Amino acid sequence: MSKFTHATIEKNSILLLILTLVAVAIGGLVEIVPTFLIKTTVEDVEGTRPYSPLELAGRDIYVREGCYTCHSQMIRSLRSEVERYGHYSLAAESKYDHPFQWGSKRTGPDLARVGGKYSNDWHALHMADPRAVVPESVMPGYPFLATTPLAQHDIENSLSVLALLGTPYSEEMVTEALADVFVQQNPDEDYDDMEERYPGAVIANFDGDPNTVTELDAVIAYLQMLGTLVDFSTVERATLTQ
Amino acid sequence: MAASREAAPGTLSAASFGVGGLFVVGALLSIFIAANTHDNVMAFHATIFILFFVLGIFAIGKHHFDTLERGPEPTLQDGVTYHDGPIRVATLASLFWGIAGFLAGLYIALELAFPWLNFDLAFLNFGRLRPLHTSAVVFAFGGNALIATSLYVVQRTCKARLAGDIAPWFIVWGYQLFIVLAATGYLLGVTQGKEYAEPEWYVDLWLTIVWVTYLIVFLATLAKRKEPHIYVANWFYLAFIVTIAMLHLVNNAAIPVALTSTKSYIIWSGVQDALIQWWYGHNAVGFFLTAGFLGMMYYFVPKRAERPVFSYRLSIVHFWALIFLYIWAGPHHLHYTALPDWAQTLGMTFSIMLWMPSWGGMINGLMTLSGAWDKLRTDPVIRMLVVSIAFYGMSTFEGPVMSIKAVNSLSHYTDWTIGHVHSGALGWVGFVSFGAIYCLVPWLWNRKQLYSLALVNWHFWIATLGIVLYITAMWVSGILQGLMWRAYDSLGFLEYSFVESVEAMHPFYVIRALGGGLFLVGALIMAYNVIMTIKGRVREGEALSPAPAGDGQLVAVGAE
Repeated sequence: MSKFTHATIEKNSILLLILTLVAVAIGGLVEIVPTFLIKTTVEDVEGTRPYSPLELAGRDIYVREGCYTCHSQMIRSLRSEVERYGHYSLAAESKYDHPFQWGSKRTGPDLARVGGKYSNDWHALHMADPRAVVPESVMPGYPFLATTPLAQHDIENSLSVLALLGTPYSEEMVTEALADVFVQQNPDEDYDDMEERYPGAVIANFDGDPNTVTELDAVIAYLQMLGTLVDFSTVERATLTQ
Repeated sequence: MAASREAAPGTLSAASFGVGGLFVVGALLSIFIAANTHDNVMAFHATIFILFFVLGIFAIGKHHFDTLERGPEPTLQDGVTYHDGPIRVATLASLFWGIAGFLAGLYIALELAFPWLNFDLAFLNFGRLRPLHTSAVVFAFGGNALIATSLYVVQRTCKARLAGDIAPWFIVWGYQLFIVLAATGYLLGVTQGKEYAEPEWYVDLWLTIVWVTYLIVFLATLAKRKEPHIYVANWFYLAFIVTIAMLHLVNNAAIPVALTSTKSYIIWSGVQDALIQWWYGHNAVGFFLTAGFLGMMYYFVPKRAERPVFSYRLSIVHFWALIFLYIWAGPHHLHYTALPDWAQTLGMTFSIMLWMPSWGGMINGLMTLSGAWDKLRTDPVIRMLVVSIAFYGMSTFEGPVMSIKAVNSLSHYTDWTIGHVHSGALGWVGFVSFGAIYCLVPWLWNRKQLYSLALVNWHFWIATLGIVLYITAMWVSGILQGLMWRAYDSLGFLEYSFVESVEAMHPFYVIRALGGGLFLVGALIMAYNVIMTIKGRVREGEALSPAPAGDGQLVAVGAE
């Protein structure tokens, strides 16, 4: 066989295919694999926990409605962002996020730490008619969330699948999922067990109707916990080094 | 196809039997899912699948009897019977979805300027329409243009008929099914929530089947080639097909909540999911919107200009450099985030290096016009192609600039990114596709010339004006946003509330919508021109155009 030149590759489609695959595989392997192997990639901080079933349902609605097309959930380590939104986001704070929702565009503000910044009533009003509370807003209205009962058919399955993917949902959490959905939006019920399973969850009558679990209940429960789990006054700087 | 020729007259070929059998299995599975699901969208999508499979079985039967009656296609070029039917469908599909996608884009642009246009309706809300817009233009418009041109180019440059008889039809119609499932899913709230990878698990699986068929047909056609060398356009098409397969499979790895549910959870989470997403997302740009369209450039520019590619050596260097470097660039979408610093720096470094092979491609494309620059004056189609390369050069300079961390701290999360994407998408991808389709339509339908070059000229100028309005509006609004978010007053407090930056965007959102509207008008003019061309009409006073007839003279040049 004659000398190996580029013509050798050009005359052999399988060789061209294999070399192309090699060329495009390297960069991804070098960048992605270490993030699974280097332990400090995800910081070891106290307070993170899996989403409560109602929060998870709210998060699924957040994904369904494409909220990430206008809202980020990632505060960058820049002075102006930290002052506007709070402590910069940690990798640990989204480690149970399947998929991640860091976003890429801020037509609206960042939501990584929106939890607790507004009242439940404000959120309910804002979802129904954003311009009623923020006249300059360009956000679409979501009045249908308050009138749509939350579909609960697959909630246990959802938790099971996430447990399979490594989220620390216990068997108890899966079997109690439907009950936990209900008590989180009805403070008149006995919510002690639920609160123990999901410390820091906001338990409230989000949409004003404790008897029906609506999509609005789920969305507000989710928004109200965003960014609230890690207590930064107790976090040592060294643990944040990636 | 070999198998169908070997079959005795009157009996179905093995391939027809096989595909027909698989369609029956697919239909039964769809019926099972439709009957057992609690999920309305799944029931709807399973019904669409059933329709697709039943129509497919009829089409295979009809094709069989038509072939018995008439024999194989009579078109003969270079002594090869080319298989152009599926390419005609993909060409028209590209145009159709393009207009749908531009319209969706115009509508969401208007929603941002006038939010009452959301009408409080779930399926009209920005959040659901935005993925519809991006998928329609990237995957439906761009994807069909890539499928059409790649299947055309690979036949002409290999002097070989497409491998398979049914397979190319399956690719084209299977891909349309993917688009319909994805689009209706978005409107009904079915999405994975990963940018440019929104279709849910079952739609992803379907696309995988279609895409693997595409890869096999492409490779098998290369294997049948009568030219010793594989022409440069095909390197790019091949890299595009195989890399997209890799990206698609890894980024979309998910576990469905149930076989009968549209909902799934992505295997990856948090920071790793973010990195994998932008490894995918940036290379959807790099391989779908760049490598694939460079393949288009390498055939249609030399063909239309009637000049050989400027430099064979440059095409080798920039091909390998481009595909190797592009893959590393993803982390520049995650500067100053919770992604570890080393990964951000690596992403930035490779993004800057990427400038060079990108401009290698630009130079190779532009300089192909050496000795034919006068055609810019006389042929609006070549002008469209050349301007597309100019926009490619501009975007691939702007991209590396924006990947620098200091610049990115200002530009990220703002409209500047949207403007950058559109100078690439409207200017490069849009114009190179329009140019290629203007070349392809007369060739595919055996017409001597386009209905009207004057209308191409109108299309060119209206669309160019639209792009300029679009990207300048987004530059101003993006930089304004970025500056307002980081502005401090004399006492050291943040000067603006977030909503003040929202308010300041309004005039630019109106101008952007105007730009998008002009781009849509251009595409409508094109659709009219294409329809009249297919009808065989020539606009009064425009007979005998200088456009060359396409008969596949481009072949690979030896390396020796």
